[in-house]
Amino acid sequence: MSTERGASFLLERLAGGSAFPILVVVGFILAIWYVGAFFMNLDLQRDKFANANQAYSMSDLIEGTMSQERPRLPAPHQIAQEIDKTVFELSPTSKRSLVYHGEVTLQATLLGFAIGSALGMLLAVMIVHAASLERSLMPWIIASQTIPIIALAPMIVVIMNQFDVTGIVPKATISAYLSFFPVTVGMVKGLRSPDPLQLDLMRTYSASRLQTFFKLRAPASVPFLFASLKVAVAASLVGAVVAEMTKSEDGGFGARLLAGSYYGQTIQIWAALFAAALCAAMLVWIVTIADRAVSKRMGYVR
Amino acid sequence: MLETTPKAQIDAVKGTARVIDISRLSLTFETSDGPVQALSEIDLAIERGEFVSLIGPSGCGKTTLLRVIADLETPTSGAITVNGLSPSEARLERAYGYVFQAPALYPWRTIARNVALPLEIMGLSKEERKERVQRNLDLVNLIGFEKRFPWQLSGGMQQRASIARALAVDPELLLMDEPFGALDEIVRDKLNEQLLRLWNKTQKTVVFVTHSIPEAVFLSTKVVVMSPRPGRIHDIIECGFARDRTLEIRETPRFLEIANRVRNGLRQGHSYVD
Repeated sequence: MSTERGASFLLERLAGGSAFPILVVVGFILAIWYVGAFFMNLDLQRDKFANANQAYSMSDLIEGTMSQERPRLPAPHQIAQEIDKTVFELSPTSKRSLVYHGEVTLQATLLGFAIGSALGMLLAVMIVHAASLERSLMPWIIASQTIPIIALAPMIVVIMNQFDVTGIVPKATISAYLSFFPVTVGMVKGLRSPDPLQLDLMRTYSASRLQTFFKLRAPASVPFLFASLKVAVAASLVGAVVAEMTKSEDGGFGARLLAGSYYGQTIQIWAALFAAALCAAMLVWIVTIADRAVSKRMGYVR
Repeated sequence: MLETTPKAQIDAVKGTARVIDISRLSLTFETSDGPVQALSEIDLAIERGEFVSLIGPSGCGKTTLLRVIADLETPTSGAITVNGLSPSEARLERAYGYVFQAPALYPWRTIARNVALPLEIMGLSKEERKERVQRNLDLVNLIGFEKRFPWQLSGGMQQRASIARALAVDPELLLMDEPFGALDEIVRDKLNEQLLRLWNKTQKTVVFVTHSIPEAVFLSTKVVVMSPRPGRIHDIIECGFARDRTLEIRETPRFLEIANRVRNGLRQGHSYVD
C-alpha cells in the first residue's frame, strides 16, 4: 500500500469510524475544562500575587491558574502529569504509586465481581424455578439496592471485623453487594426469554426440568447475562472504591481519594479518579471482548 | 375423565392398526371472559400409515385437537388413546414428533445440533446421534448445511430442518401444525411433494393441520373438516389417491370434486352471518 493511499485510508477510517466523533467531543470537553480551570482558580491566583505585592500580566495570570499546587480545579495537563508520575515514574511498590493502589482495588473488584455474579446467577435460577421465591426474595433484592452503599459499607466492615474477617474479603463483599443486582435482574429476564413454542418443544421431548434448563433456558439467557455483567463489573469497581474509603489502611483508589481530600490534594484526587475510570473502562472492555467471542460461537453475531 | 379404553389396549397388544382413537372428547378453556368451548364431542379414529388433515377456519379447534393428541393440552371430558396409551404416557415414550407453525429452531445451535437436540435429551450415544442427524438431514435435502446457523437459512429450509428434527426421534406418528403456513405458494408446493414422498417412504402416520384446501386434499388419505364455535367435526372425507401421487393430480376431476366437497363443508360449518 502506498503512503498516499495509506494516509487517505487512515482519514477515511477516522471520519467513518467511531474514533473521530469521540476525539471531537474530547477536544470540546478539554476546551471547556481549561476555561473552567482558569476562572475557578482565578481569585486564588490574584490573592497570591496581591500577597506577594507582585505586578502581574494576563499571561502571568493564565500561567498561574494552570500550575497551582492545590487548585480548586486542576488543569487537564496537571492531572496527566500526576498520572504519568504516579504510574510510570514511581516504583510500583511505592505507597504513592497508582499502580500499587490500582492493584489493590482491582483485586477487591475482581473477587467482588466473581462473588456478585455467582450470587446473582444463583438467585436468578432460584427465582425462575420457584414462584414463591420470587415473591419472597424479590422485594428484599430491590430493597437492598435502595440503601446508600456509603452508609452500609462501614457497618459491613465493622461487623465482619468482629468475626475476624479482614483484608480483602470485606471489600469484596461490598463490591459483590453492588454487582449481584444487575446480574440477577438480567439473568431472570434471560432465563424467561424462551418463547412458548421453544418450551413446548422441550415438552414434546419429555425433557426433564434440568434438561430444559441446560439446553434451553441457560443458553437463551447468555446475551442477557453479558449485558448485565458489563454493568456489574463497573459497579464492582465502584463498590471496591467505596469500601476502600472506609478501610483506607490497605490502600487502593478509594484510600487515595480519601487521603487527597484530607490534605486538599485536588490533583491527586483527580488523578485517582481518572485512573479508576480507566480501570472500569478496561474491565467493561474485557467483558465486551468475552461477549463477542461467546456470541460468535453461539451464532448470535451475523 | 380420561381413561384408556379396554378395546384400544387390546388392539395395542395385538399390534393392530389404530394409532389414534378419540371418542366424545371435549375441551373447555377457562378464560377471563368465562368458559370457551374449544372442542365439542370429537370422534375420530386414525389408522396406521394414514395421512389425515384437519382443516377449518381459525378458531375451529384444529390446533387444539393436535395439541391434545400431543399432551400439550388436557381435555375436559371424553376418551383419547395414542398408540393404545394415554397421551401423557405416549408423550413420555416419545411416540410422536411435533412440527410447529414456526420452525422453533434454537438460534444458538447449528442445524446439525438442532436436529440432534431431541437425541441428546433421549440420551443416545454420539455415534448414534451423528448417524441419525445425517440420515434425516438427507431425507429433507439439507446435506451440506449442518454447520450453518438457523438465520443463515431461508424460511423453507428452516422448516425442513425442523421436520428433520421431528423425524430424528424416529416416531411412528408425526403431528404437524400448519408447518408450511408461513411459506409462499411455490415453496409450499415443493415441500408438499417432498413431504408426501417422505410419508410414502417411511410409512409413518401423519396428522396435519392446515387451512389450505389444495394442500389438504393433495396430501391426505382423509380430510377432516372442522367448524368453529364450538370446535367440532363437520365432515370426514376419504380421498383415495395413489400413495405415489404427484402435483399433477390437482388437475383431475376427482381432485376437484373432493376439493369442492371440502369447500362446501367449510362453508356450511361457518357460523358467520353474511
